[in-house]
Amino acid sequence: MSTVADPTRREFLRTAALSAAGLVVAFYVPIGRRFAHAAEGPPAAPAALAPANAFLRIAPDDTITVLLAHSEMGQGIWTALPMLIAEELDADWSRMRVEHAPAAPVYAHTAWGIQATGGSTTTGSEFDRYRQVGAAARALLVQAAARRLGVAPADCRTENGAVVAGGQRLRYGELAADAAQLPMPATVTLKEPQDWKVIGRPTRRLDTPEKIDGSAVFGLDVRFDGLLTAVVERSPVFGGKVRSFDDAAARAVPGVRKVVQVPSGVAVVADHFWAAQQGREALKVQWDLGPGASLDSGAMLAEFRRLAGTAGRSVASAGDVPAVLANSKRRVTAEYVVPYLAHAPMEPLNCTVRIGADRCEIWTGTQFQTLDQMTAARITGLKPEQVELHTTFLGGGFGRRATPSSDWVSEAVHVAKAAGAPVKTMWTREDDVRGGYYRPMFLHRVAVALGDDGLPTAWDHTLVGQSVLAGTPFAAEIPANGVDPASVEGTADSPYLKAVPNLRVQLHDYASPIPVLWWRSVGHSHTAFVVESVVDELARSAGVDPLAYRRRLLAGHPRHLGVLELAAARAGWGSPLPAGRGRGIAVHESFGSYVAQVAEVSVQDGRIRVHRVVCAIDCGVAVNPMTIEAQMESGIAFGLGAVLESEITFKDGRVQQSNFDDYRVLKLPQMPTVEVHIMPSRERPGGVGEPGTPPIAPAVANAVAALTGQRLHELPLRLRT
Amino acid sequence: MKLRVNGTEHEVAAPGDMPLLWILRDLLGLTGTKYGCGVGQCGACLVHVDGEPRRSCMTRAAAVAGKSVTTIEGLAEGASHAVQRAWAELDVVQCGYCQSGQIMSAAALIASNPRPTDAQIDATLGKQLCRCGTYQRVRAAVHRAAELHREERK
Repeated sequence: MSTVADPTRREFLRTAALSAAGLVVAFYVPIGRRFAHAAEGPPAAPAALAPANAFLRIAPDDTITVLLAHSEMGQGIWTALPMLIAEELDADWSRMRVEHAPAAPVYAHTAWGIQATGGSTTTGSEFDRYRQVGAAARALLVQAAARRLGVAPADCRTENGAVVAGGQRLRYGELAADAAQLPMPATVTLKEPQDWKVIGRPTRRLDTPEKIDGSAVFGLDVRFDGLLTAVVERSPVFGGKVRSFDDAAARAVPGVRKVVQVPSGVAVVADHFWAAQQGREALKVQWDLGPGASLDSGAMLAEFRRLAGTAGRSVASAGDVPAVLANSKRRVTAEYVVPYLAHAPMEPLNCTVRIGADRCEIWTGTQFQTLDQMTAARITGLKPEQVELHTTFLGGGFGRRATPSSDWVSEAVHVAKAAGAPVKTMWTREDDVRGGYYRPMFLHRVAVALGDDGLPTAWDHTLVGQSVLAGTPFAAEIPANGVDPASVEGTADSPYLKAVPNLRVQLHDYASPIPVLWWRSVGHSHTAFVVESVVDELARSAGVDPLAYRRRLLAGHPRHLGVLELAAARAGWGSPLPAGRGRGIAVHESFGSYVAQVAEVSVQDGRIRVHRVVCAIDCGVAVNPMTIEAQMESGIAFGLGAVLESEITFKDGRVQQSNFDDYRVLKLPQMPTVEVHIMPSRERPGGVGEPGTPPIAPAVANAVAALTGQRLHELPLRLRT
Repeated sequence: MKLRVNGTEHEVAAPGDMPLLWILRDLLGLTGTKYGCGVGQCGACLVHVDGEPRRSCMTRAAAVAGKSVTTIEGLAEGASHAVQRAWAELDVVQCGYCQSGQIMSAAALIASNPRPTDAQIDATLGKQLCRCGTYQRVRAAVHRAAELHREERK
């Protein structure tokens, strides 16, 4: 399928989209809320169906090419979105092809208004639009066939990539040219769920062939004649600036072409990576380090603790928390801490840029096309539409390829501009681990009073950590109370806390030069760990089985209870375990989906081993159950790395980790057996990329507590000896 | 220096300390072999040198002169290798970036061990990192590939 990226591909795309030889379908969808995830409500129904650009091309050879408005980074939308079209189109699945769409306004997220992938929203936000594309294309093909055959459209039916009427059968490829001449239908009627044949059918990935033979093109694989490669020497401390540099030795390295200063540091531009890297090692840069040079993890924790003892911004407030806590006979108090974390996608960041007189071309694996395009336009002085952004496959994203600052794209544009040549700017693994945009460190301090019935009567919860949204173009999403929703999601909005009559949730923003970012499941990555661990502590204090205790607290929350019961039943909750094994349970809602997990652990040589995880998910309509299973395995593995291994720490402003030897992630021998059970549902599709991650930390911590009696309050989990 | 890659003889102008990874990717344009860490920690760059699994980021040009290198592009015609077929059957890949290394590692394992145990898979594939967490399917697919491989040899 795709081979090495061809710079002329964009031209081809444009030509194809305008060609009368194929059918091109698209819709204009009114821009909805800018930064609400789709699970909060159905996207606005299209006011009018109007052709604007291509979501779909049907070629004379019957191939159906779907243009993805979102980025494939492993989460499986390369398969799920074509399924939505194929369902309504009655397509021949074997003829489906997929491409990333170019960056253009027509591909804007239906809820956010910018072209972006994130928040586990792709399938949910495109559930209507991609089905409507398929339905409209089908209607046009039927109309074209009816004209050709001289029958009424009502006498035609569609099956497996063809229109059938009477004894005749016309393939879509034969009809596409005629259909392209017809006006778009004013409205389309979508199939009823009971008629679905594709949605809900376990379907293998469409991107497998090119990902098992080495031909898939990731950003790092983009090549064309004249392309140079750069690496950038950046400040060893966040916020540091170049004072001066000596590049004589760097320039002397064979293959090094240029050394240029850019806002983020000094770039060594060479014929290939190895020369660039050798050049960078020979470069001598003097830095003005600034205040970031004093960053120290121990001092930060002390400051977090100090802040936690002061009044913060109010997230939620009800009743009289101090009075109830002071008068309660039974109280649970705890402090939880989670570290900064790097995303460390397997493909380090990279971006290829070619700047011409009236256009700038960019090839990169990004989650934020529109922002990257705007950033490149600003740097080059071009208009956004003169910036042609080609989305490649993403070698993992997890949030790192969605920076509001477009950090790596911006830097690459600066490098290409300064070098006066097409340049691929590459990050090494060390650059990635030390380069910031981390999941922020958080400290939670929690005090809960229990009534005579063992249920919480007061819940006091203070969070301290850096805001992901503050200081970015998304800061407008922070409401008037100053509380970044990405810091606190999963606390005050949790069904546990909402039911407590006396509730106080407070947030302290910690100001720091450390760049922070959403990391798979964002705030839920720490709030689920804390809330679900605390609930287990409460159950223990109340002397009630953790599952039974959750049943009491979650009465009235059927989707939470549904997955809780399903996971517990399939895990054999309450049945005897082999000696040396412990079980823990957790349930959490995030990104419109509900996930419960039961983890089974042991301790071997002082190390926690997770043997089995039973996972139940209610994500509404399960568009591709195979993808959902894979994403639960993935979310669990990603979360487990942070539970067992990963942390970023600082000393003298320097990140103390550098590569996979000291920024450790989950390895295959640590992977538990994961069993996934999907709740049947007709609710709108929720997310699946992120919701598998939040419950794994508390499920494991709760299992460790059940097994050892040790309640661990910090990630990564470390047993006390 | 002379270098045989996927059956084709190449004359490569590379300094002796240049890692094989960058010779393959930047000089020969074989981008299926991936860079992940550069220090032999992740296995994304694994290739076969004279049939043996090698991390190409840690293998210097001087060490492979005159030798025969196989990359993912040359593993089998039309992705027909037992490992590739097992990978497709079990829907292993996600982002796909680490998969060339995983597949090359698995192919080397079953070539030398037609019936690997879980422990042997852990010992070998345990050195191949994947951030998408495809590990459970990798393990199952290695068993399936070994089975397909045994069937082929009957």
